[in-house]
Amino acid sequence: MLVYLGDEIGLAAHERVLALLRLLQKDPPNWMRNFQPAYTSLMVTFDACRVDHAEVEATLRKFEPRAAAIRRPKPRTVEIAVCYGGEFGQDLEEVASLRGLKPSEIIALHTSRTYHAYFLGFAPGFAYLGDLPQEIAAPRLETPGKKVPAGSVGIAGRQTAVYPFATPGGWRVIGRTPETMFQSDRKPMAMISMGDQVRFRAISPKQFWKMEQA
Amino acid sequence: MTSLVVESPGLLTTVQDLGRPGFGPLGVSPSGAADPVALRLGNLLVGNDPGAAALEMTLLGGTFAFPEEAVVALTGADFGATIDRRPVEMWAAHKVPAGARIALGPARNFARAYLTVAGGVRVPAFLGSASTHLLSRLGGHEGRALRKGDVLKTGALREKFQERRISMTALLALKPRKVLRVTEGPQMHLFSEADRQEFFRGTFRVSESSDRTGVRLEGKRLVSNLPGEMITEGVPLGAIQVTLSGQPIVLGVEQQTTGGYPKIANVIGVDLHRLGQLRPRVEIRFERTSLSVARSLWIEQERLLNSPGQLFA
Repeated sequence: MLVYLGDEIGLAAHERVLALLRLLQKDPPNWMRNFQPAYTSLMVTFDACRVDHAEVEATLRKFEPRAAAIRRPKPRTVEIAVCYGGEFGQDLEEVASLRGLKPSEIIALHTSRTYHAYFLGFAPGFAYLGDLPQEIAAPRLETPGKKVPAGSVGIAGRQTAVYPFATPGGWRVIGRTPETMFQSDRKPMAMISMGDQVRFRAISPKQFWKMEQA
Repeated sequence: MTSLVVESPGLLTTVQDLGRPGFGPLGVSPSGAADPVALRLGNLLVGNDPGAAALEMTLLGGTFAFPEEAVVALTGADFGATIDRRPVEMWAAHKVPAGARIALGPARNFARAYLTVAGGVRVPAFLGSASTHLLSRLGGHEGRALRKGDVLKTGALREKFQERRISMTALLALKPRKVLRVTEGPQMHLFSEADRQEFFRGTFRVSESSDRTGVRLEGKRLVSNLPGEMITEGVPLGAIQVTLSGQPIVLGVEQQTTGGYPKIANVIGVDLHRLGQLRPRVEIRFERTSLSVARSLWIEQERLLNSPGQLFA
């Protein structure tokens, strides 16, 4: 079942999604199986042998007003080193020409902001970050499906994200991080958690290879 | 310690159990057996818990040697399996002598077969499950499909060998079908009346590029009237999303957890294991049903799967 908590991407809807998620995680009804938060919605999966849709809806409606009062951990700030352009970011030049800017200006703008991690979705550890400065927003690729290497930093519309694994991707890749974004024997497994504040820092190819070997 | 040796892996053989639900907030999809019903029945036949880890084979099976005595079962699609060159009855428990070899060929009917072993296949758990998640290379045996020479540990036998086979009635009730029943998707209203009718009347062909992440369909292109880009949201197993080019994709067990394409419909719970048995090039259709029918069918199926009296012949 999908619970919509807003109709536009922004911090207001995000706060409501995160609060309801935390509340349900803290005190889950016994029929709850899985949650999937996103920008303005929370998907709840349930055991249909125990409850029907009407009961799930009624319970979630009762939970929602309580969510605002839930205490949430202070957001962490995460810095991610990125080597931009060249073999690391094959679409940087194209994004620059699409936006009438120099590649160095794209990099300066991408590293100028602290981004908000709206949620993790798509693949393990893939955090949807926003909002990208309007000046560098670029549409998705017309023909997605080409595999991008793990660590690729992509942009799509006013979103940016790091691909934790080599996956087919439809976002324009402007750089790559040597960091391991998702590691099963680390705590937390995902480098970025929902609600984190994320900054990007430009590094040279030399630093990239050095960090990757470390 | 007992084991199982991979002499040839087949096309795509992975360790799977019933998956790891509950990690959506990490972006991790449940994964697990594409035909969970076949996995559960295979486990019950050999005296395991229904969710024990086993091998899932796809379209072309492998050859496996058993250095020690074992009890096994084969369920799902018929891959023409043999034990030491003698044909094996499917959907039944078999005692395998030490040194025996189980060989499977190409799938004769559907897409996936399961080899369950008494005691289960033992691999380290990732987020509480043995399931292989291929994309992230996590879970299962080293996070990957099995290769020639892999040795997998198997658990201890918990009981004396018991002859069991699944009843014909149960097999008929659970058998694969090419007409998948669906309920309305959250964005069905974005499709024109003509396209909605086409979706239910038309046939779709399963594309060669289908895999555990989803079943891609070829057929009439469906066009949604989407005002701008959709806001990315959670997508469940069995959701039928329609890409910008008009191709429907039914999300499979190793699905992406969120998506930004409109979803015209959702495959109902009792047909999800049937989704896992669709092979490339078959033609399928969709039939509309209600949430309450979907739920009654699900309760009925779970009741059957939990009733040894009805399951076994």
